[in-house]
Amino acid sequence: MKAIAIKNNQPIPFDTIPTLEYSQFLEFNTSLLQDENHHCVNYYGIAIQDKVKLICCIANDKDALFHVSSSLVPRQTPIESFTQHHLAFEKFEREIYENFGVPIRNHPWLKPVRFAFNQTNKNNTIANYPFFNIESEELHQVGVGPIHAGIIEPGHFRFICNGEQILHLEIQLGYQHRGIETLFLQKKKLIERHTLAENISGDSVVGHTTTFANLWEVLCNVKTDVESHFARTLALELERIAIHTGDLSGMCTDVGYQLGSAVYGRLRTPIINFFQQWCGNRMAKSLIRAGFSNFPITEELGEKLKKVLDAFEPDFDEICKETFSAPTVLGRFEKTGIVTNAVGKSIGLVGMAARMTNINRDIRTSHPYNLYPNLSHQPILKHHGDAYSRARIKYREVKQSIAYIKTLLNAIPAENTNKIVLPKPTPNTFVLSMVEGWRGEICHCAITDAQGELVHYKIKDPSFHNWLAMALAVRNNEISDFPISNKSFNLSYAGHDL
Amino acid sequence: MINNLKILIHQGKQYIPDVTTVEIPGVFRGLPIISNEKVDENTLEEICPTKAITTNPVQLDLGKCTFCGACAIAFPKKIRFTKTYKIASNSREGLVVKEGLETPIVLNPEIIRKEISDYFSGSLKLRQVCAGGDGSCELELGACSNVNFDMGRYGIEFVPSPRHADGIVITGPITKSMAEPLQICYDAMPEPKIIILAGTDAISGGIFSGSPALDRSFLETHKIDLYVPGNPIHPLTFINGVLELIRKRK
Repeated sequence: MKAIAIKNNQPIPFDTIPTLEYSQFLEFNTSLLQDENHHCVNYYGIAIQDKVKLICCIANDKDALFHVSSSLVPRQTPIESFTQHHLAFEKFEREIYENFGVPIRNHPWLKPVRFAFNQTNKNNTIANYPFFNIESEELHQVGVGPIHAGIIEPGHFRFICNGEQILHLEIQLGYQHRGIETLFLQKKKLIERHTLAENISGDSVVGHTTTFANLWEVLCNVKTDVESHFARTLALELERIAIHTGDLSGMCTDVGYQLGSAVYGRLRTPIINFFQQWCGNRMAKSLIRAGFSNFPITEELGEKLKKVLDAFEPDFDEICKETFSAPTVLGRFEKTGIVTNAVGKSIGLVGMAARMTNINRDIRTSHPYNLYPNLSHQPILKHHGDAYSRARIKYREVKQSIAYIKTLLNAIPAENTNKIVLPKPTPNTFVLSMVEGWRGEICHCAITDAQGELVHYKIKDPSFHNWLAMALAVRNNEISDFPISNKSFNLSYAGHDL
Repeated sequence: MINNLKILIHQGKQYIPDVTTVEIPGVFRGLPIISNEKVDENTLEEICPTKAITTNPVQLDLGKCTFCGACAIAFPKKIRFTKTYKIASNSREGLVVKEGLETPIVLNPEIIRKEISDYFSGSLKLRQVCAGGDGSCELELGACSNVNFDMGRYGIEFVPSPRHADGIVITGPITKSMAEPLQICYDAMPEPKIIILAGTDAISGGIFSGSPALDRSFLETHKIDLYVPGNPIHPLTFINGVLELIRKRK
C-alpha cells in the first residue's frame, strides 16, 4: 500500500500512514495528479530528530477520499522536486525548503515563502530579498507595498512594466507572519486555540474556526451534535454572503462606480450585524466552539435572519442587475485578469478562483461535512476566468447561499443544553479536516503524540494556492487594472503568512 | 438613469443620525462591569485566553481582552458585558476595569496634547498601517467610512499617503517584518502627528503576545495618543474615541 485513503474528518493512527522511499513517494504522488479528479490539498514537513518527515495529502474529488502518504528524508541530501512534474506543488516545496533547508533539485524557483521566524537560514530577511529583475532600457519597475494605499494588509508587489503594460508581477509575502502554527502547540488551553483559529484570517473567521472545531471534535472522539452542525453550516454561508457582497463593493470602487460601491457596502452591514445579534461580534468571533455552542440559534433569531434576507435580496438583485449592465463596469471587468482553465489546473487553483475558470472544485460537494450532505450543493461554474467571471460567481454564490440559509431555517434544531467537557485527544492520531470557506478550501491537519498532546498543527488557507494565479492573471494587463484583479481575487495575506 | 434613481430611493436612509448616542441592537460585548460577588478566582483567571483577568482584586484589562465573553458566560454574576461601546482611552491604565466600580471609560483631558485640539478638531486625516492584523480590524476601520457610520462627516478620513496624514492607526501585533515599514511610514508623516492603536492585537499583542515572530519595540519609543480596544474594534468605538480625542480640551 502506497497511501492510506481517508475521509474528511476521519481520525487514523499516525503510524498507519505508509512511509515510502522518496523516489516512490515522488512517483506515486505526482502520478496521482495526472488524473484531473485529484488535487493536492496539503504537502508539508515535520522535523523528526535530524530528519524531515514529508506528508503529502492528495484529494480524490470523485470518491470523497484523501490519499495520505509520507517519506522520511535527511536534511542535507538533495531530493528531486515534485514541481518539475506538476506546478501545483511549487509553493509547498518552497515552504519545505525554507523551513527545513532540504535541498530540492530541479525546482524552478526556491523563492522564500514567508521568512518565518523559525526558517533555516536566519540571515534571510524581506529587506535584503533580491527581486526578480530583467535588464532592459525599455522596461521599468513599479514597487507597491508592503503598506498599500487602502486599509488592507501588507504585502509587496513588484511589477516589471513595458510602458503601461505589466510584463511580470512578483508577489512577496511574509509581512504578516505571526508564528500561528507554533503558537497552536505552545498554547495548550482549548480557548486559546479557538482564539488562534479565529485570528488566522479575519475575513474567514467562521471558515477557519469551523475547520478547527470539526477537527478537534473527531480528535477527541466526540460526536458533533446536530445544533453545532447546523450553526456552522449556517454561519459559513452567511460569511460567504457578507464577504462576497463586500468584494463587489470593492470592485465597484476600483472601477469608479460609486453607486455600486455604496450600495453593496451598505448591504454587507445587515449581514454582519446579524452575526453580532447572534454572538456579539460582527466577524463571528466567539461564535463557534468545539464541543458546545454558547450562542444557540433560536426560532426568534431564525425569524430575524429571514427578515434580514428578505430585505437584502431585492436590493441586492436590483443593484446587481444595474451593475452587470453598466457599460462603465463591464468595460473594465471583461477580459481583465484572465486565468485560463489550463493555467488554473496546472497551478492547482482552489475555491471560487478555480470555479471562475471552469474547474469544478468545491469541498462542499466533493468532501461534504457538517450539513452539506443534505444540501446537495452544486458548484457554480464560469468559463472565462476574468474579473467579470469572478464578479458573477460572487453574485451567483450569494444567491445560492441565501437559498441554502432559507432551507436550513425551515428546520432549526432544538438547543443542545448538554454541555460536555471534551476529553483529551486520542493519542498517536492524524486528522485532516477541510471546509470550503468563501474564498476556497481551508485545510487543517493535526498530529498527536503518545500522551494525546498536539505535536504538529498545519494550517493551509486557500490563498496559499491562489496567490500565484493573481501574479499570472495580470500579465499583459494595464497596470491601472491591477486593483480590479486584486480585489476580485481578494486573497488573504494573514492566512498565507500564518 | 431612472434605474439609478430607483436604487437610490430604495436604499432609504442608511446613515446613523447620531453615532455618539445610537444604541447597538442585539448582543454586544462592550464595557464590562465586575461585581463584588465572591467566585473561585483561580478558575476565573484560567478561563481567559489572553490573561486579561487578574485577581485580588479582580480586574479586566480591555487592552488584552478579546471580548469572547467566556468569563461572563461562566460567571454571569461576577462579570457582565454591557452594550456601552465608548471604551477607548488615552492611557493604558484607563483600559483596566476594576471590581465593584461602575465608572465609564473616558479620555483623560490632562494628557491630551494641546496641538491635537488646536489643529485636528475639525479635520483629521489618518494613515492606517496593518502590522500583522488578521484583516478584521481593517474591515471595521473601512466600515467607519461607509454610508452607515459615515465618519467623514466629522472631517475624519483615511488617506493613502503618510505625507497627507495627521496620524497613524496601527492594527495587528506588529510582526518582525512590519517593524521597519511601520517606522518608515511614521517618520514620513509631518509633525504634529498622533498614534492610535486599534484592536487588542495592537494594544497588547492579544493572543500573539510573546510570539517570537513579533517586534513591538516601536511602541516602547513612541507615545500613544489613543487606545481603541476590541477584537475587532467596533466602528462606533473607534469613531467615538477619535471624536473625544480631537474635541476634548483641558
